[in-house]
Amino acid sequence: MLELPQIYAENIHRWLPELLYYSLMTLKIGFFSFIVAVVFGILVALCRVSKNRLVRTLAIWFIEIGRGLPIVVILYIIYFVPPQLFPGLNWTWFSDFTGAVLGLGIHGGAILAEVFRSGIEALHKGQREAAMSLGMTPAKSMVYIILPQATRIVLPPVGNYAIGLLKDTSLCTLIGVNEIMNGAKSIAFSDYQPMAVFILVAGIYFAMSYPLSLLVRALERRLSTAQ
Amino acid sequence: MSKAGDGAAAGQPLLRIEDLQKKFGDLEVLCGVSLNVARGEKVSIIGPSGSGKTTLLRCINYLEKPSAGHIYIDGTLIGEKKSGDRFIHLTDRELARERQEIGFVFQRFNLFPHLTALGNVTVAPMRVLNLSREAAEARGRDMLQKVGLSHKADEYPERLSGGQQQRVAIARVLAMQPKLMLFDEATSALDPELIGEVLRVMRQLAEEGATMVIVTHEIQFASEVSDRVIFMDQGRIVEQGLSREVLFKPKEARTREFLKHIQDR
Amino acid sequence: MTFFQILEKNGWYFFTTLLSGWPATLTVASGALVFALIFGLVIALMRISTWRLLRWPATAYLEFFRGTPALVQLFVIYFGFPDWGFQPSPLQAAIIGLGMNGAAYISEIYRAGIESIHRGQMEAALSLGMTPIKAMQHIILPQAIRTMLPPMTNFSIVLLKDTAIVFSIGVLEVMALARQLVTETLTSAPIYLMAGAMYLCVTIPMARLAARLERQRQAWQ
Repeated sequence: MLELPQIYAENIHRWLPELLYYSLMTLKIGFFSFIVAVVFGILVALCRVSKNRLVRTLAIWFIEIGRGLPIVVILYIIYFVPPQLFPGLNWTWFSDFTGAVLGLGIHGGAILAEVFRSGIEALHKGQREAAMSLGMTPAKSMVYIILPQATRIVLPPVGNYAIGLLKDTSLCTLIGVNEIMNGAKSIAFSDYQPMAVFILVAGIYFAMSYPLSLLVRALERRLSTAQ
Repeated sequence: MSKAGDGAAAGQPLLRIEDLQKKFGDLEVLCGVSLNVARGEKVSIIGPSGSGKTTLLRCINYLEKPSAGHIYIDGTLIGEKKSGDRFIHLTDRELARERQEIGFVFQRFNLFPHLTALGNVTVAPMRVLNLSREAAEARGRDMLQKVGLSHKADEYPERLSGGQQQRVAIARVLAMQPKLMLFDEATSALDPELIGEVLRVMRQLAEEGATMVIVTHEIQFASEVSDRVIFMDQGRIVEQGLSREVLFKPKEARTREFLKHIQDR
Repeated sequence: MTFFQILEKNGWYFFTTLLSGWPATLTVASGALVFALIFGLVIALMRISTWRLLRWPATAYLEFFRGTPALVQLFVIYFGFPDWGFQPSPLQAAIIGLGMNGAAYISEIYRAGIESIHRGQMEAALSLGMTPIKAMQHIILPQAIRTMLPPMTNFSIVLLKDTAIVFSIGVLEVMALARQLVTETLTSAPIYLMAGAMYLCVTIPMARLAARLERQRQAWQ
């Protein structure tokens, strides 16, 4: 245990730049799957509150399956299954990165759909009525009255989801994406220093996620005092 | 009936309701209500809970869709239009256009919690009437002054008392310069000591000549402010007339019973 | 061969093989749950302590384990601990890793449960002549359990899903067997879909249960 500082002193100048280089991939996956998740989440939430029963049922299925499956299983299904089901199509564009973003995005879409729905439903019906009685169209009342309020309700859980997502990108190593965990494994086993390398990786993840969680907590505090 | 608003001619009522009916499933809430309100007239509607008075008010603003019957403001059909000899529903955009002229004050205020008092008053002039921010804020400050809340312009609703919130809600409606103002039990969600300040503002509006339809439990206020009082029960207008007569010399037994009950409280 | 031909030929073999991974999956999940329940309570009590020397390490633990991925924690324990002379088996590493990770989350559930109970409850119980221990037993705990049961159920679902990553340190659970089948038969679609369906068969009923418990809790209040 006492050796750790010494190991770092000797190796960190080689390890850190390499790991930071890989962590760019981690951030890239996180960023793109966040966008996919938000888009999916909004679409599914709107379907979930639709008046059409079939659309609503499909949305519920999407949410239950997306939240019920382990993320690894989603990644494996998204990445390996379609090319085998439709072997006739051209799958060269379907990289492990694309699979990772789609898989994490679908999982996130299921989580965010419920977040968005509760955000919309938390608003009192009177808000919409008040907006309409002032002569706003449904679209205008959505943009100027409902969405600004729903955003505040939804922001903290979305932030918490983003923190979870950042950590979940580590699972992409299991379908072979060259992100930070993949880099860490190759360094750890070629240098025979798993403890030192993985603790360093944990530190890098922490450095990425902790500021985010401080931000979310500050946001929660501000929004709760504003209510 | 032509769509043009030339009904401003003298003698034509500002609000005309013809045989309005409303059902919620099997429950008949309004069973054929007809009513005229002249320009500048103040009409109070009283009655026990479940009598349909709030539903009537909400239908005028088309927050509820009537099951049958028609509503005209200044001769213009509300919520529907005539195509040949059939009535068809307005689009959301057309409906929004009509609602600009009808102000609605809610029992529970329904202020927008994400906007300041001034923001609440300016959002509709800016987003619906497309006024510039400066123009909307000038108008908004005037309206807040009118309800005695200039000093609270930058406060958020949660920092205001119930009475202050309701006065902001009234200012919000006034900023749209409506032809007709509807008050749905505007004081019943308020603590007793806060009712007075809201009634004062409403009285002032009445004196300035606004056309008002007021659903209320405040008999005293109704008798002082309104030209006419309507007593509703079980979805029908039971009795109407000059406020003094309905409130102090009611003809119908049910009206007497209701007034006695409400005074015993 | 088409998807359905493969399924017809090998489906039963896939099913029984995947099923044989469930004991390991459930062992890891339940072992980690017990670990997390006990260790999480310790962390929670340390966190609400008035003594800084207890509060700070608990907070640091919480922040670290919630700020890093479970996969990294597993790798540190399984690949890293041997450097310090402790060689856990894959199963031990999985239970310790997911258990320590889970303790961080569960301690927050405990804390919310304890804090949700109004201080007046304890005062009322004491004023009726109960000892603090009796008050805890008859008044505080029954309420706290009602509050905590739905999030605990939700957490169990999360934990069960998290076990799907422990194949990466060599535990022979469902996903490990799925991967073995894929290498063996060179077909992936039916196997991964079947594994996914198996997880759903457990997680969806649990999610429904959690939702029902939550509705009941709200009805009590």
